[in-house]
Amino acid sequence: MTASLSAPEIVKQIQAHYPGAVSVVSDSALLVDGKSLAEVMTYLKNTPGLDFNYMTAITAIDYFQHFEVVYNLVSMEHNHSLTVKTRAYGRDNPRLPSVVSLWRSADYQEREIYDLMGITFDGHPNMKRIVLWPEFKGHPQRKDFLK
Amino acid sequence: MTLRTEPFVINMGPVHPSTHGVFRMRVTLDGEVVVNLEPVFGYLHRGIEKLAEERTYTGFVPLTDRLDYVSSMSNNFGYCLAVEKLAGIEVPERAEYIRVIMTELQRIAAHLVSIGSFFNDCGAYFTPFLYMFRERERVIDLFEMTCGQRLLYNYMRPGGVSQDLPDEFMPALNKLIPQLKKYFEEYENLLQNNEILAARARGVGILPKELAINIGASGPTLRGSGIRWDIRRADPYSIYNRFEFDIPVGEQGDCYDRYRVRMEEMKQSLRIVEQAAKQVPAGPVRSKVPHLIRPPVGEAYSHIEAPTGDLGFYLVSDGGIAPYRCHIRAPSLMNLTALRDMIVGWKVQDAILTFGSFAITMGEVDR
Repeated sequence: MTASLSAPEIVKQIQAHYPGAVSVVSDSALLVDGKSLAEVMTYLKNTPGLDFNYMTAITAIDYFQHFEVVYNLVSMEHNHSLTVKTRAYGRDNPRLPSVVSLWRSADYQEREIYDLMGITFDGHPNMKRIVLWPEFKGHPQRKDFLK
Repeated sequence: MTLRTEPFVINMGPVHPSTHGVFRMRVTLDGEVVVNLEPVFGYLHRGIEKLAEERTYTGFVPLTDRLDYVSSMSNNFGYCLAVEKLAGIEVPERAEYIRVIMTELQRIAAHLVSIGSFFNDCGAYFTPFLYMFRERERVIDLFEMTCGQRLLYNYMRPGGVSQDLPDEFMPALNKLIPQLKKYFEEYENLLQNNEILAARARGVGILPKELAINIGASGPTLRGSGIRWDIRRADPYSIYNRFEFDIPVGEQGDCYDRYRVRMEEMKQSLRIVEQAAKQVPAGPVRSKVPHLIRPPVGEAYSHIEAPTGDLGFYLVSDGGIAPYRCHIRAPSLMNLTALRDMIVGWKVQDAILTFGSFAITMGEVDR
């Protein structure tokens, strides 16, 4: 069984290195400040004992006040998993750092989020629409699309 | 005399027999050699994730059929597991067994299509394909017997399955299992030591281990690269921990290995079906689930080992009758991430073979 790691303990561990960057949202999920996302993700990937080498899924959810982006991380070596959440604010130009340099599995998924949700990922090598055509106006996965 | 050459841009697809649907590769060629490749997606984008937000939890099941449309049962299964996790729905024992039998049969049917079309890409036009379809037909007959459909089954529901197995199902299944074994043997005789296949597919389209993990590959694509990672074992769901089966892996991650993994997986699936068929208990096939499911506010992520790989559903509930957000982790899309790395530098015919060896389905890539 893929054990889901205890978020409060991981948060404690990360806080020691990056004070104020993370907080707990549930037993298995932690919330990272958008500005520190790149550092925290690098830490999660490269720290022995955590070794999150396999990023399975990225999801973006529109909560009107903010966008929540959810990363599902798995370590194949230890067979454990962790859910990392982060938030992007503003509806005109929400931005987050890209994690493509850590996990290339983020490549198409971040492009998809950009396409359908309108969140720009800084540092992505090819930030353009993926399923819709380039001239398309708007981001249809948003809750207020066509309303 | 010297000939002046220049790179040539060619569109492979969206309508091309090798693209398994409507996929387009913008290929830059230098003679026969691919020097650049840009995949273009979206021709089959129907906005399924958005459509989920306007449907009830049960009403979305038929749309999951249309993701990877050659393995509808697996998609149903993955989605239902996510809803059950979100709403805390119990599934009766008999339904669990039926689900496992159905998804494993579906894996056999889907791999038969994958392998058949892989041989098409190899240049063995339609002879192997029709061999494969001969057996797939028998599996599909069982599905038709159960739910009346041959491609898009819409069979599973949150809390169980839509209807019980008909009386003639188990005898037909027990008859089919030894026949399938015989057929698999026949394939091996025809293909295992086939020199043309080996010359064509060995050492072509190599996906190294580290890259495979980094791009989030899953399913036969990941296992072909030698990584023993199968969600049925790594993160067992439903009742998979009750069955004995092996996880076949490849050695170097070339097209041949991916094909071999699929071939071996079919035998393992048959093993699971055989074990499950002996143990199916009597009882109800669906727990009492309200017509309109209203899960508590929260979220759930659930994933299964679909024929193409790690198929995940991320559901967010706001307490209403429809999901607030439904994200589908499409294994086919992730497997394509390294396509460019694997094809650049190879010849056009190898590009087609490499692409074919992923056995993607566009319904899942574009959603």
